[in-house]
Amino acid sequence: MPAGTLYRGREGMWSWVAHRVTGVLIFFFLFVHVLDTALVRVSPEAYDKVVATYKTPIVALLEYGLVAAILFHALNGLRVIAVDFWSNGPRHQKKMLWIVLGVWVVLMIGALYPVLGHAVRELWGS
Amino acid sequence: MSTTETTASGIGPVEGSGTLSGYSPENPAPLIEPPRKRTKKTPKSTRGNFEMAAWLFMRLSGIVLVVLVIGHLLIQLVLDGGVSKIGFAFVAGRWASPFWQVWDLLMLWLAMLHGANGLRTVINDYAERANTRLWLKGLLYTATVFTILLGTLVIFTFDPNIR
Repeated sequence: MPAGTLYRGREGMWSWVAHRVTGVLIFFFLFVHVLDTALVRVSPEAYDKVVATYKTPIVALLEYGLVAAILFHALNGLRVIAVDFWSNGPRHQKKMLWIVLGVWVVLMIGALYPVLGHAVRELWGS
Repeated sequence: MSTTETTASGIGPVEGSGTLSGYSPENPAPLIEPPRKRTKKTPKSTRGNFEMAAWLFMRLSGIVLVVLVIGHLLIQLVLDGGVSKIGFAFVAGRWASPFWQVWDLLMLWLAMLHGANGLRTVINDYAERANTRLWLKGLLYTATVFTILLGTLVIFTFDPNIR
């Protein structure tokens, strides 16, 4: 590893890295998403055609990844706000990261069926 | 002034003082300002409050975006059949209500500005050459303005009877 790449490791640095990576990914999706939505000004057919690709099993998996990125970024963002504005925040930053990850896992399990259910039904019938 | 000449103390001609350095009371060495020292040329304030405002904006917009985006995900991907029900008719139904128009407009502006400022920070952190930063940020701001304007135009000019 090149010198200067690792700050201190552990929860603080890795949550910061994950926050960056998810943030950049979400921003790039946002560009694409505004463009595809803009097709409603072209024609209903053009819009429905593009949205049809969003309903395919592979894109459903990407949507699950998008939900994962957004939920982590949202929950960890609230943790960052707590660290910055709550006087006891910095002292509890590690504990708060584990809470963030716990809530994230629960929400991701909850999102499994709604986001991926239709893809599973399409792939394996019924 | 020879560079190969050494003194008995082991101090080279550069570090050494006296006649070897070429400086003397009559010919003093130039004064070197300490870095970041305030001089007469330094403006009273070297920076405005922009970075602080940007820092605060990230936190305030972040809180609002948590509500707007998670609500958006629930509506689009979870409730009422998830992604399967999305289509032109579904968009037309939602944008018939000013409430959802304002929701989506606010989400568009806040998310784009929040994301653009985030990427600005990333560019500042990793692009080491001033020229690279200039071009990347130019590209970022162009794409951001274009996307915000396009999205705003689409929300305001949406026509359910386009066909």
